[in-house]
Amino acid sequence: MSVKLKVNQKAVQVDAPGDTPLLWALREQLDLVGTKYGCGVGVCGACTVLVDGHAVRSCITPVASVTGSSITTVEGLSADGSHPVQKAWDELDVPQCGYCQSGQMMSAVALLGRTPKPTDAEIDTAMNGNLCRCGTYPRIREAIHRASGQQMPALRD
Amino acid sequence: MRINRRHFLQLTALVGGGMALGLYERPLAGVLAAAQGNGGTAGLSPRVFLRVMPDGKVVIEAKNPEIGQGVRTMLPMLIAEELDVEWSQVQVQQADLHEEWYGPQFAGGSMATPINWEPLRHVGAAGRQLMISAAAKRWGVQESECSTHAGRVLHTASGRSLGYGELADDAAKLPLPDQSTLKLKDPKDYHIIGTFTSGVDNPALLTGKPLFGIDVKVPGMLHAVYQKCPVLGGKVKKANTEALQKMPGVKHVLVVEGTFRGGAVIDSDPGLEPGVAIVAETWWQAQVARKALKVEWDTTAGSPTADQQSSKGFDEKAGQLLKEPAGHTLRSYGDVDGALKSASKVVEAVYAYPFLTHAPMEAQNTTASVSDGKVEIWTTSQTPGGGRRMVAKELGIPESAITVHLTRTGGGFGRRLMNDYMVEAAWISREVKAPVKLLWSREDDFTHDAYRPAGWHGFKAGLDAQGKIVAWRQHMITFGEGAHAASSAGVSAEEFPSGRVPNYFIGHTAMQLCLRTGPMRAPGANALAFVGQSFLDEVAAAAGRDPLDVQLELLEATPVPLPESEQQAQRGPEEYRFHAERLAGVLKQVAEESGWRNRKSGSGRGMGIAAYSCHLGYSAQVAEVSVDADGGVRVHRVWAVTDVGRQIINPSGARAQVEGAIVEGMSHTMLEVTLADGHIMQSNFPQYPLTRIRQVPEIHVSWRITPNSPTGLGEPALPPAIPAICNAIFAATGKRVRTLPLPRSGFRLA
Ligand code: FES
Ligand code: FES
Repeated sequence: MSVKLKVNQKAVQVDAPGDTPLLWALREQLDLVGTKYGCGVGVCGACTVLVDGHAVRSCITPVASVTGSSITTVEGLSADGSHPVQKAWDELDVPQCGYCQSGQMMSAVALLGRTPKPTDAEIDTAMNGNLCRCGTYPRIREAIHRASGQQMPALRD
Repeated sequence: MRINRRHFLQLTALVGGGMALGLYERPLAGVLAAAQGNGGTAGLSPRVFLRVMPDGKVVIEAKNPEIGQGVRTMLPMLIAEELDVEWSQVQVQQADLHEEWYGPQFAGGSMATPINWEPLRHVGAAGRQLMISAAAKRWGVQESECSTHAGRVLHTASGRSLGYGELADDAAKLPLPDQSTLKLKDPKDYHIIGTFTSGVDNPALLTGKPLFGIDVKVPGMLHAVYQKCPVLGGKVKKANTEALQKMPGVKHVLVVEGTFRGGAVIDSDPGLEPGVAIVAETWWQAQVARKALKVEWDTTAGSPTADQQSSKGFDEKAGQLLKEPAGHTLRSYGDVDGALKSASKVVEAVYAYPFLTHAPMEAQNTTASVSDGKVEIWTTSQTPGGGRRMVAKELGIPESAITVHLTRTGGGFGRRLMNDYMVEAAWISREVKAPVKLLWSREDDFTHDAYRPAGWHGFKAGLDAQGKIVAWRQHMITFGEGAHAASSAGVSAEEFPSGRVPNYFIGHTAMQLCLRTGPMRAPGANALAFVGQSFLDEVAAAAGRDPLDVQLELLEATPVPLPESEQQAQRGPEEYRFHAERLAGVLKQVAEESGWRNRKSGSGRGMGIAAYSCHLGYSAQVAEVSVDADGGVRVHRVWAVTDVGRQIINPSGARAQVEGAIVEGMSHTMLEVTLADGHIMQSNFPQYPLTRIRQVPEIHVSWRITPNSPTGLGEPALPPAIPAICNAIFAATGKRVRTLPLPRSGFRLA
């Protein structure tokens, strides 16, 4: 079975049943391994991607449900780390183990997309679904503030 | 190249130009022995750490596993500083496992800093010296007239300069400088050490490049899941392997007999556990097939009573055992019973804490390729050397046939000191004759850990009329057999305030357990600090005194030394022993910074203080909380002062370790793993409420700089966070948290 998707502004084809989670289609079929497996049940946020600009848990999203949508993964932010969120994350050295960070950044990009200058409370609400076992939360807050109010590149047409 | 073990450094010309400089420590037995070797006395022998290429690029091998503690950045900083190059000239590469070349390669015990501080700076300084010698020779001037800056040798008198790259070929032909004459920099000239330095992997990490164990891909690779018995050591009686074989993508389904070794005290890595391996073209296919797996288990194969164990049962048994004398005495001096009888006040309490699971964000995994008796492994292990030994043993092949590549790791916390997943992957690859990536599900990870052991502590303290502690008794109920405590389930004869009160007793009684236990970030300390520092706060309250004063009084007391015969055989060099004045120092500083003396408590808001020393570091913390009418606790602010010696190497990584330790300490107040019928009752994050961003307080991190060699930060800042929060809850409410997690004491983190 094959499913057609649009990932990082490219049309791609996935050879998997329609109920395959988007996470595993990205990782195993499309070689986009920046999106991570953490819990598989939608509660840790490690697998967060953007679907039409919204933060979505790809581990519980069947590929068949996103065929007409525009999907963005961490690889789609920028290949050279120049996206304002990637830059803020590097400047403040947010990652510890780094495993949760692609999911964190995708949630942050979604937040900044709808709220360009979020307050601490808005950050906490938007980011609460993203677990960081290493406890990088203070820097995540700071990095979102640093990236806020900047011009964000368009990630979909 | 011949390895000459008598020399400390080795210099080699690189094929194609450039020079390589290396240094080597003999593999040492155990962490403490390694710490003792610090200071350059451990045999150093040659291998590549550092290469200077003809174009001036400097390549440094990062030898230790990166688990989020920042070593991949921090260790190369030591070399680059003394070599005197710009950090931007440096390229860091992850080394494979070659302990015979690099010395101990592991992540654990906050040991990377103390082990590497001297020797890696020596490598850099030797490289710099060689560059100066090569330049002086070429110019025909005195070495003393030359200096270095930003990867160049300068001759100020004549205005000439040469880049290291231009000198590398010449330098490679020079005799090695004598290590005893190497000049290390004056710390005031540091421009890399002590500078906020972002992680060297950030560019790859933040753009989603394959870096982690889970991202490994090798040609022809299949994917595996491995279903083990929910009760430790249980064997497969029957499984529907044939039905599974027919499922989409499934290539192999095999029942594994295993080599699990039980016994009265279970090892943290007890061999290959029995189970069913499902191998498919993709991991998701293997996982879908697993949902259809039906296994009949022999749940008593690991131990005849394994399936009767429960947390409730252990709790009841511990309660009974606390009424009896301790089964094993660790230390006893003075007359505790007499002193308690004549004391003006006696304080008595029982403290308890649960099992915990490590739950690193990246689930356990390893990729293995076994063919023709050779094994190639890509793994996230914190102890790849130990893992290789274990694979060799379980597969019956020599260690020399095993190559291990280290990947970046999505969190360790001690979980990856165990190498069960590595053995499973190698075993499955051998059976199916193909490269295999084994990835555990989150549920596998929760239910097959080597857990932080639960524990129960009965305390009794006697106070004299002035509120001074005259007697202290601590009876720990733990797991193990007789005098032998299970992994990370022990307490030492020197547990604080041992030796600092006139009459003292500490002992334990061990219960048998059929569950793996193992080290978890700040092992032992993460639980012992909670019980000891909370009870001390309780004693101070009973005496009507400031807990800070009581603690300082103990730290300033002249210690009763441990009898020579009982002193731990290997306590390491003098500066690695417990120094009370360092703990007192961080306590005083944190009191100062947090305004402790002027605090206001009561009416639902309060501050708590605690301090602890572990893994050669000293940390004191003050927490400020408020508690609502339903017992919802908000942690508003935490101040942490930590003493890890004279130099913070990377301020970014160092702060991150403290911030992370406090967030993890908060998690400890909310988490538990429980057992029923030998089954672990928590299987994924919904049942294990790790700290989330909205709970995170304002964190103030500062250092107390003391003239000691720098030591590590992975662990020391975690233990005091837990009692500081619990003591703050008492200050706010008058209710003592004696049982963790908080909900068992009527509270929760809001
Ligand atoms: S892996 Fe999808 S939310 Fe955890
Ligand atoms: S950085 Fe390790 S889990 Fe977030």
